[in-house]
Amino acid sequence: MSETRLLFRNIDEPGLAALATYRRLGGYTAIAKAFKEMAPDEVLEQLESSGLRGRGGAGFSMGKKASFLPRGDMDKYLCCNADESEPGAFKDRELVQKNPHQLIEGLIIAARAAGANRCFIYIRGEYDLQGDILDAAVAEAYEAGYLGADVLGSGEQVELVVHRGAGAYICGEETALLDSLEGKRGNPRLKPPFPAVQGLYGGPTLINNVETLSNVPHIVASGADWFKGFGTEQSPGTKVVSVSGDVRRPGNYEVELGIPTRDLIEGLAGGALEGHQIKGFFPGGSSSPVLTGEEGLDIPYSFEAMAEAGSMLGSGSIIVFDETTNVVELALRTARFYHHESCGKCTPCREGTNWTVKMLERMIRGEATPIDLETVASVQTNIIGNCLCVLGDSMAMPVGSMVQKFRPEFDEAIERGVPGVETGGPVRPIEASIAA
Amino acid sequence: MSPLLPKRRRPWLDDPGHIHDVPGPPPMPVEQERVGVELPPEEIEVLEAATEEREPHGDPAPVPEPAEVEVPRALAQEIRRAMQRYPEKRSAAIPALWAIQRRYGYCSPEGITQAAAVIGVTPGYLQSIASFYDLFHLAPEGEHEVLVCTNISCWLRGADDVFAAFKEAAAPMRSTPSEGAPGGVGGEAEQPADVVAEEVPDLFVRHFECLGACDIAPMASIDERYFGPLTKDDAATAVEQLRSGADVLPDKRLEDRGAAGGKRAGGDPRISRHSLNKPPAKAKGSK
Repeated sequence: MSETRLLFRNIDEPGLAALATYRRLGGYTAIAKAFKEMAPDEVLEQLESSGLRGRGGAGFSMGKKASFLPRGDMDKYLCCNADESEPGAFKDRELVQKNPHQLIEGLIIAARAAGANRCFIYIRGEYDLQGDILDAAVAEAYEAGYLGADVLGSGEQVELVVHRGAGAYICGEETALLDSLEGKRGNPRLKPPFPAVQGLYGGPTLINNVETLSNVPHIVASGADWFKGFGTEQSPGTKVVSVSGDVRRPGNYEVELGIPTRDLIEGLAGGALEGHQIKGFFPGGSSSPVLTGEEGLDIPYSFEAMAEAGSMLGSGSIIVFDETTNVVELALRTARFYHHESCGKCTPCREGTNWTVKMLERMIRGEATPIDLETVASVQTNIIGNCLCVLGDSMAMPVGSMVQKFRPEFDEAIERGVPGVETGGPVRPIEASIAA
Repeated sequence: MSPLLPKRRRPWLDDPGHIHDVPGPPPMPVEQERVGVELPPEEIEVLEAATEEREPHGDPAPVPEPAEVEVPRALAQEIRRAMQRYPEKRSAAIPALWAIQRRYGYCSPEGITQAAAVIGVTPGYLQSIASFYDLFHLAPEGEHEVLVCTNISCWLRGADDVFAAFKEAAAPMRSTPSEGAPGGVGGEAEQPADVVAEEVPDLFVRHFECLGACDIAPMASIDERYFGPLTKDDAATAVEQLRSGADVLPDKRLEDRGAAGGKRAGGDPRISRHSLNKPPAKAKGSK
């Protein structure tokens, strides 16, 4: 029941965001190793054999993703996804705000491994303070010769631009992020072609999360075998887990993957508030299917164990809710978020999120009929897998799991409604719409 | 008859009527019957020619001719610098809109035209970007911006009450936007009179989707800086401090917080505060 701090090792060191402090604590040694002692292929090999999985949500092998980029002399792009907007996730915020140079170092090394020469950090517009810190850190890195036309005298060019978003959850989806970076509305693209082949400005593009890239300097400095010593076989390394909601000590905790979830929620985060019990939790952000307290707490916290339990690790954000929470209202909050953030490109998501909100509101007003519950469930199954991106799925999975696991509460809402909850206006009956 | 289809899949053999017995569509009304209604003359209004511009009016605005648009020099330089950072000029759309919003307080039509002239795109294109992203304002919204997160984690910790408290505290005092809005000198002369005269609250309070600070829930972003965990009293204090120009909630700033699990003197302040926000007896929903 303790943290294993790798990315968070010196996180509260005063002035860590400055290059001098970061270097004093051993920073920017991995970059020297990667550029002076290792060939790009060796760096890539190191990342691949470390088994580092993407920390943004999908959990795909980072080294493998980098190896998909074609060889050749064209402009290649590396985008760091710092558009952390999923409810419950706040790990990237802390990493960028307190240790920006760790990210920049990892990004430069990853650029060498993938052969990318133009890098972008897409940070969400709400993170204004963090964007300012990143701007300052990038300027320092340019000045120190870690970025620019000739990185550390190796002859390699790596340019880095910090790009701020302006408030859109969808831009965390990798192809929507690319569209947004190109100066368009953030709409996801059809895949294939995958970004590794045809991404930003039509060029090969590697997209990685902040936490994934922050792991890179440690892997290069200490070796893949050392890294594999942490965590489980299939989920090596540590994970920064954001725990929030009805717990005593919400915050970011860096743990080895595979520890029991109970240690995280009840140990590190202090468990439920005084006099309350944990009713359930989202194990991987608001888009993961919920688990009840009884079934979920003893599952190991790793990609594979969570998948086996019918949920997912996602971005590694636990939201705990206690017994005072009405699950129908929770479902409505969740659905409203995705309804608001749906970009509107694909019909199942645009209409599905809209109608899910309306049906849940009807339940809360006590106007629903038992068949509505089946309709809610069927809408969710019709969204999953039918859109260009997984935003709709991200609503369908938690809402579907809530209906499944807390069915009595939904039945009760249909009987009596949920008093005291604000909803939109009632849905106009069809006859009235026609008559109008 | 296709020999490839088994007989059971040829229902028309058994029941040929099911195709032909479908009732056809109702007959189309004759044109005369629909429109040729004789109205008494007093019930017919003759429309006058339009004197003012109507929506939608004509073709969308083309790419502005740079020589015909006056752009404040600082703004033009900022947008050009942004354009140089990217391989394609369109990528400067979001940075340009940020620049406009900082200068004029919102993405004003004049600002959008100016940016469009510098980048070389149509104003409509920039407008479509501005309307997509939540942080861009399409109308003047007041001097200070308060975004209260009401998403799951903050809601669980009582964000609805904090939001209501912010709205209540911000409501009574209303004023027109000050002439010296941040950097807003250039271009103000061209603003249509009704935009300036419109009443705008000095504080812009709205609820927002997850701001990525669930560890300090319930929280708010006040003038782009994060504060939390907040109580209802904090909301009133913050509004007062914003209006008097004082430091806003100096003890609730995100940047002063240690990482969770880090050493903090005197226990964890979040635990004791929580009980203020959400007493055990507080009913949420049906409870």
